[in-house]
Amino acid sequence: MLKIENLTATVADKQILNGLSLEVAAGEIHAIMGPNGAGKSTLSYVLGGRPGYEVTGGSVEFIGQDLLDLEPHERASAGLFLGFQYPVEIPGVSNVQFLRESLNAQRAGRGEEALTGGEFLKLAKEKAGLLGMDMEMLKRNVNVGFSGGEKKRAEMVQMGILDPKFAVLDETDSGLDIDALRVVGEGINAIMRDPAKGVLLITHYQRLLDVVKPDKVSILAAGRIVQTGGPDLALRLEEEGYDAVMAPENANA
Amino acid sequence: MPEAATLPTRRDEAWRYSDTDALAALDLGTFEDWQDIDVPADGSHHEIVTIAEGDSTQLRRLRITVGEGATCEVFGVIAAAQLGRVEAVVHLERGAHFEMGGITVGGSDTTREFVSHVIHAEPEATSNQTVRSVHWGKATGNFLGRIDVVRHAQKTDAAQDFKGLLLEKGASVNAVPQLEIFADDVKCAHGATVGQLDEMARYYMAARGLPPETARRLLVQAFLGDALVALDDDAERERLMDVALAKLEAHL
Ligand SMILES: Nc1ncnc2c1ncn2[C@@H]1O[C@H](COP(=O)(O)OP(=O)(O)O)[C@@H](O)[C@H]1O
Ligand SMILES: [Mg+2]
Repeated sequence: MLKIENLTATVADKQILNGLSLEVAAGEIHAIMGPNGAGKSTLSYVLGGRPGYEVTGGSVEFIGQDLLDLEPHERASAGLFLGFQYPVEIPGVSNVQFLRESLNAQRAGRGEEALTGGEFLKLAKEKAGLLGMDMEMLKRNVNVGFSGGEKKRAEMVQMGILDPKFAVLDETDSGLDIDALRVVGEGINAIMRDPAKGVLLITHYQRLLDVVKPDKVSILAAGRIVQTGGPDLALRLEEEGYDAVMAPENANA
Repeated sequence: MPEAATLPTRRDEAWRYSDTDALAALDLGTFEDWQDIDVPADGSHHEIVTIAEGDSTQLRRLRITVGEGATCEVFGVIAAAQLGRVEAVVHLERGAHFEMGGITVGGSDTTREFVSHVIHAEPEATSNQTVRSVHWGKATGNFLGRIDVVRHAQKTDAAQDFKGLLLEKGASVNAVPQLEIFADDVKCAHGATVGQLDEMARYYMAARGLPPETARRLLVQAFLGDALVALDDDAERERLMDVALAKLEAHL
């Protein structure tokens, strides 16, 4: 459902993605691992259409459309969800207001009817419960005063409520303790393990992949996918490190 | 008969950032037109001022005396098409409180301003003023706030807080606090900042599916909300916010 071909992109005039190709089929969870600075977050921002991340070549097809042709909010409405490595604080806007407006904007974009306040709250309560989050937290301002772990948990509640077709999750496991990691991992499974959905799961750690079992694992280095394999590739990386697993010409200097 | 009024000039501190061309077009009598509000001891008064419609320059001048232990609140939105100015001269007796929440919003090359002069004339009075300005085009938003604390007005607690949000290059804001403090046991706080919409917040909102206009409305509403938090009446708060947001939507 996501097909990236030979993608190149620059940030602040610096080329970060160097001909990246990757395909994720419906029903697949595809883990992306790679050294710091390899371009993993850049890939997620390029897919999400963040201003300043300029695509200079290649293509991205998303469920039969040209993803790069869509505005960021249209990508969301088309079913793409970006889980941020650093979720953003929005003072003065409550989670409930933010998510209700977001969901209804997406629904409007798809020609669906808006949820009423009551319908929305019921849905929010259910999804918050799934991630073990108190409804009181959802009444607070978006990510303001949340701990690192709470922000990641809140991202997954957002994902549950928005119910995307495809999620790009950027280091959703960082900042989580072991218990929270399990809750978040099981949340990802519950929301996204579906024959009609797909996930690009960016992570450094096997411990998330013990919970969210990937179908495929790719290594992203120096702005390209340099190796793709099954779940065992992640285990080898964990044991041996990037330099040993990757062919020498692909290792980051 | 009062003396014939004269046109204020920019040399006068309280008119320093005003729009003198717009002022020159006014009937001189306008400058003598004060609304007097006397709040008796232990009383409370609540004044709402909106300058939202009409093409003509509008001044609202309030002369307020707040009696011992009394409270006066003024909340206002200036979204005028031409110069809009709300001015309050406030005299505080012992233990009195003055609360002001102001919003200026709009574009074109219009000036919209709050000008206050709060006199802490007796001990233990408090005042709190919050102004939020959001502008685009070549518009200007001003908050000129003078606070006088007389020599024996100990335990005065006065605060001023201003924030400006500029949606386009070319718009500007001015915050001029002026503190004249002659007592020693007082708290006077003032803060002023100016900025633009948070780009990362806008992108985050877009990534969740909010169109740019909706994201902008939510962020502006959150920004302006500070000016109205002290307004207890929900319906009134919503009405004022709607006046401000309507101005913004007309621009989008
Ligand atoms: N806004 C930016 N301006 C300049 N360089 C950037 C910016 N964002 C990322 N980079 C650079 O792009 C490279 C890839 O960063 P990133 O995608 O965050 O890597 P990863 O997520 O794999 O750790 C790094 O060298 C980083 O310094
Ligand atoms: Mg990263």
